[in-house]
Amino acid sequence: MNRIDSPSPESDALTLPAPFLRWFAEKGWRPRAHQLELLSRAEAGESTLLIAPTGAGKTLAGFLPSLVDVTRRDRMPPSSPFVGIHTLYISPLKALAVDIERNLMKPVGEMGLPVRIENRTGDTPQGKRLRQKLNPPDLLLTTPEQLALLLSDGEATRFFKDLRYVVLDELHSLVTSKRGHLLSLGLARLRRLAPRLQTIGLSATVAEPMELQRWLAAQAPDRQNHAGLITVSGGAKPEISILNTENHVPWAGHSARYAIPDIYAAIKQHGTTLLFVNTRSQAEMLFQELWTINDDSLPIALHHGSLDVAQRRKVEAAMAENRLRAVVATSTLDLGIDWGDVDLVVHVGAPKGASRLAQRIGRANHRMDEPSRAILVPANRFEVMECQAALDANYIGAQDTPPVGKGALDVLAQHVLGMACARPFDALELYEEITSASPYADLSWETFERVVDLVATGGYALRTYERYARIRKTKDGLWRVSNPFVAQQYRLNVGTIVESPMLNVRMVKRNQRGSLGRGGISLGKVEESFLEMLSPGDTFVFSGKVVRFEGIRENECLVSQAFSFDPKVPSYAGGKFPLSTYLAGQVREMLADPARRAGLPDQVRDWLALQRDVSMLPGENELLVETFPRGSRHYMVIYAFEGRLAHQTLGMLLTRRLDRAGLKPLGFVATDYSLGIWALDDMGAAFEARAPSLGQLFDKDMLGDDLEAWLNESFLLKRTFRNCAVIAGLIDQRHPGKEKTGRQVTVSADLIYDVLRMHEPDHILLEATRNDAATGLLDIGRLGSMLKRIKGHITHRRLDRISPLAVPVMLEIGKETVHGEAHDFLLTEAAADELINEAMGGAHGADG
Amino acid sequence: MHRLLHATSGPAANTFLQAATSVNGVAAVCDPLGGLFLPESRTLVVSDLHLEKGSAFARRGMMLPPYDTLATLRILEAVVARHDPATVVSLGDNFHDRKGSAAMPEIFRQMIAAMARGRDWIWINGNHDPDGAVGLPGASMDELRHAGLVFRHEPSLVDGLGEIAGHLHPSATVRRRERCVRRACFATDGRRLLMPAFGVTTGGLDLRHRAMSGLFERERLVAHMLGRDRIYSVRFANLLG
Repeated sequence: MNRIDSPSPESDALTLPAPFLRWFAEKGWRPRAHQLELLSRAEAGESTLLIAPTGAGKTLAGFLPSLVDVTRRDRMPPSSPFVGIHTLYISPLKALAVDIERNLMKPVGEMGLPVRIENRTGDTPQGKRLRQKLNPPDLLLTTPEQLALLLSDGEATRFFKDLRYVVLDELHSLVTSKRGHLLSLGLARLRRLAPRLQTIGLSATVAEPMELQRWLAAQAPDRQNHAGLITVSGGAKPEISILNTENHVPWAGHSARYAIPDIYAAIKQHGTTLLFVNTRSQAEMLFQELWTINDDSLPIALHHGSLDVAQRRKVEAAMAENRLRAVVATSTLDLGIDWGDVDLVVHVGAPKGASRLAQRIGRANHRMDEPSRAILVPANRFEVMECQAALDANYIGAQDTPPVGKGALDVLAQHVLGMACARPFDALELYEEITSASPYADLSWETFERVVDLVATGGYALRTYERYARIRKTKDGLWRVSNPFVAQQYRLNVGTIVESPMLNVRMVKRNQRGSLGRGGISLGKVEESFLEMLSPGDTFVFSGKVVRFEGIRENECLVSQAFSFDPKVPSYAGGKFPLSTYLAGQVREMLADPARRAGLPDQVRDWLALQRDVSMLPGENELLVETFPRGSRHYMVIYAFEGRLAHQTLGMLLTRRLDRAGLKPLGFVATDYSLGIWALDDMGAAFEARAPSLGQLFDKDMLGDDLEAWLNESFLLKRTFRNCAVIAGLIDQRHPGKEKTGRQVTVSADLIYDVLRMHEPDHILLEATRNDAATGLLDIGRLGSMLKRIKGHITHRRLDRISPLAVPVMLEIGKETVHGEAHDFLLTEAAADELINEAMGGAHGADG
Repeated sequence: MHRLLHATSGPAANTFLQAATSVNGVAAVCDPLGGLFLPESRTLVVSDLHLEKGSAFARRGMMLPPYDTLATLRILEAVVARHDPATVVSLGDNFHDRKGSAAMPEIFRQMIAAMARGRDWIWINGNHDPDGAVGLPGASMDELRHAGLVFRHEPSLVDGLGEIAGHLHPSATVRRRERCVRRACFATDGRRLLMPAFGVTTGGLDLRHRAMSGLFERERLVAHMLGRDRIYSVRFANLLG
């Protein structure tokens, strides 16, 4: 590994062609050492991963080998045969591809290089796309979805035959998702079309660089290959602090309302501030609160993924022109776009992961030599500890990026169909190509065959769809699409981002007669599942306004101006990150070690001291379980620190066990830090009588049958199944001729799931669904390692009343609902009300 | 899917609670499996079976599981066995599309033939399958007048008196403790009755949807919602829109 942190030695600069040297000299700059290093390795034929902090000139480094190569290449006479693209640049964001084009055109223009650079995204007009195919640019900047589309085209062979470099930007964020899986398969195909191809990966710091290095190289059955690595260290140490406040930090909640005046003061003191939050609802709330006290009418804007595109673009433009003083944003702004001169990043709520924090703070300044300034604003006391842990981590460079993971089977199914659309394929040849992509290196031939079968006829044991097959093996042994309609269907549905059904939100007015008017402005989109919870008249915050829900007309959610100050805040499904394993470990250490707590504010230290006196502070690998009565119920609080998802799964499994033990559990609630369960019976007494013992209760065999039984009924699995079914092409998001989306999908994925589970529980899509759930929504892996870690280290404290540490989770009760499966009891209640009402003689009395 | 579990789970299948109602003075019983039984005429009514929906989609390139027909027929078998009707009326959209009834595999034809043995079987034509059932026992027709009631696929009589119809797949939503529960339902105001969709892969349309407006006298409208093993009857005013 090369670690480079000094400017380049003079002599290396000689490897650059004259226009480059002239340009650097005119600017009074010198190429940086890592830029030259990457160039010389590329010229030696090596694929390379470049890890560098923001502002290190990563983009120029990534493109330098291409620019130099194209410049040196002989000019093509107009009559020369077709030349395909030279370099492909892939970014996770459309906006980034457009941004890079702008940034790259400037030096290329100044140097007068004979290089054509164009982007191709979903927004590129049809005419331009066509021209790009006939007369490709030298450098094409695009996204993973567009690459999949290009590869499924019959002309792909010609288009990519001269490809020399693939530059992959923000690789760390691309590889961990299904988009990354799809991209890895696309890369495998590119290698087949252009065997000389080299890859250049650009990444922020990651925990396991070798995973990315392998991802960049073709894998062989008998050995693991990997790209080279250049790491640029340095970058100024960020100045991060935790908000210093005189105000009382709340015990629970996520609003950070207490800190609003302090945040406003910080905005006033800085030029441009970026405010990051973890969820869209927090963004809405913070924006609302800031405007309430915005006496100076500072230009403060809001930016999140559900807002109307036009509105988002407006905010982005204003930001680039430095017309804003502050922007409240969710992860939509996380990635490497330049946002003008941001000189302060405020992170409201805990960062949930040390790497995420480092990335977000990197947004400030965007210049490597100046320190970034950031303020962390914990929303509650646990978050104070978490912020402290993240802050320590940022200084010591610890990273907790998620692993790349095994390639998803639904993505593979989509890719197989795409490859059939491109040209007829030989199964064995395609299998070899696919297993050269590192996420699919371990794919078995048998699984591959099942995926091909899934693509062809749905992969059912009952083989009734042969005559409708989408792809068929013909006499020459090759698989090909049955008809052109299949390819059309594929192109409409390409990609791995499945939107949950969303409705457009439109602001309307009531006319004098009280009926709703037509027209009005569109505010953005909101999940249908959220609206199902609303009754007309309910209020919620959306797009920075308090609005009143009026109803649903056609496919739009109608709202009107509300005059309520206590809105129901949208509980969006998206945007909740669980606490990273690394930070959780740090928080546990902090609880166990008095020295680590020294840096915490007084009010938090006092809170922990009280906990120590009343109950105890658990040791690093100890699991503390408290039980206590409250009202007519008995509570158990488990301090597992494994993140909300794992806790939710644990809660489901433990309540099943408690139920079997006859302790009559009623419900549970999970936070990132702990899990609270309540029951009719005294669980504390039962544990003391070892009926059951805590060891038995927490035995890891709960991950066996209990998990299986619960999973089969779980709504979480249904949601996951829908995504898998759409990605695999079993259900179309869009159907040729009728471009339907979301709620208009004519078949219900839930019903299909039920039918499939009942008749073919081993179907490959159900397998894919379970794999997804285990790593994602349920965090089973993490739960498993926790159960192993705490075995024999469970400490039970039976208390008379609630402990200080238990307060946060107890306050969540009622806000968080139990995701039960059997809803029938609710119907029983409703029907009982009807009877009671009838008996009381009220004809229409009961309220709904 | 709990309907299928319940229909096929053996002895326990007999412990269920149905709801009594009447349409234009004719007594009727709502069965939680989704069928309406008229005791006086021993008539069983089901609606919107949407058989062969999976294969209809497969024909258009979406390979939905080919098990929906079997699952729907299993539930139908259970409800037929439970009531032993003299007449069975299937209220239209019996098949998901025109090709469905001709293309249905033999094994399913045999299941239907076995069920129909010793009974009158009426296939009302629906908008999905206007051409009638092909090669199956029973008669196909657009409308049936029987036992003091009118049976048709789409609700259409202006005053609705004595009409039993399907087509709209009515469902109702109840909200309790901040949770919503939505279920398919029988909907009746005592004059007209709308049947829940019987097919296992059929969705629902809320009773408050505008397609339902004008069909019922809302003050008298009751939703008999399909629960796990019983019917839950909730007045319209107490439902969530």
